[in-house]
Amino acid sequence: MNVRVYVTPKEGILDPQGATVERALPALGFQGVAAVRIGKFIEFRLEGGNLTWQQTHEQIDDMCRKLLANPIIEDYRFEIDE
Amino acid sequence: MSNSSRVRFGVVVFPGSNCDADSYHALTTFPGVTASYLWHKDTSLGDVQAIVLPGGFSYGDYLRCGAIARFSPIMRAVTSFAQAGGLVLGICNGFQILVEAGLLPGALLRNTGLKFICHYVNLRVETTATPFTRACSEGQLLRVVVKHNDGNYTVDAPTLERMRTNGQIVLRYADAKGGTGADANPNGALENIAAVCNETRNVFGMMPHPENSVETALAGGGDGRHLFQSMIDHLREQAS
Repeated sequence: MNVRVYVTPKEGILDPQGATVERALPALGFQGVAAVRIGKFIEFRLEGGNLTWQQTHEQIDDMCRKLLANPIIEDYRFEIDE
Repeated sequence: MSNSSRVRFGVVVFPGSNCDADSYHALTTFPGVTASYLWHKDTSLGDVQAIVLPGGFSYGDYLRCGAIARFSPIMRAVTSFAQAGGLVLGICNGFQILVEAGLLPGALLRNTGLKFICHYVNLRVETTATPFTRACSEGQLLRVVVKHNDGNYTVDAPTLERMRTNGQIVLRYADAKGGTGADANPNGALENIAAVCNETRNVFGMMPHPENSVETALAGGGDGRHLFQSMIDHLREQAS
């Protein structure tokens, strides 16, 4: 199955990259841009074996908490395609 | 001086560490101190009495600074050592590894200016009640360098409050008069925080580099010595 993980700065956490891009876009003439947040997109293939959907879900959640995201400063969500 | 009465430091070397030799050198400028390198694949710390996690770009800073180094085999031994009360000093990337490992509170974000910064800063000593600052005086200013891209310290409000109460905020970026305003903040760190310790005060992380300020004969001065001297005094006292 294919897994796509989205990691974004937590609400309330300063995102210096997002803030800079938010200032740069109007400078190029793009108006009305707000709340730019820059994160990471991670995709991978996972051989699920005999795991149930819930076990797979828990396994990916574990990966996110332990390594792919830092829960102190980042939120994450993921999608699984069969 | 017999070998057993020497103070023994271990400097961990990760792939991508680049301040390991500077840290080793800084330690060995102190009489009666020995240092040895510990490779990231080692599973034991040997007989060292304190650990330094040096600066650099462990594992290329992939994913997040310190995120991969945290899973090095040696970090299991470092964590047990820290939990047993052993002194652990993390400098720059070493600080980033300690927060990723959960041995220190908070996290280090990209500098607000989005630039790698490399210059001298003044650090104000906020507390001397740690094994890392006991040879300093409260309010003392230390002039040392910062050189990092991700040194913007952040922590959630309840934890910050606990850290304040426990005196875990150890060094703040300051101006020449000791003021800790925004103009003295090089990277956007919350409340100008440059260094913190854990609740039990044996794990200490700082973004600036004391190991680059140990030679009083050089222009950089020797202000970094106070921090190493503190650790050495503490270890000698423990041993006696």
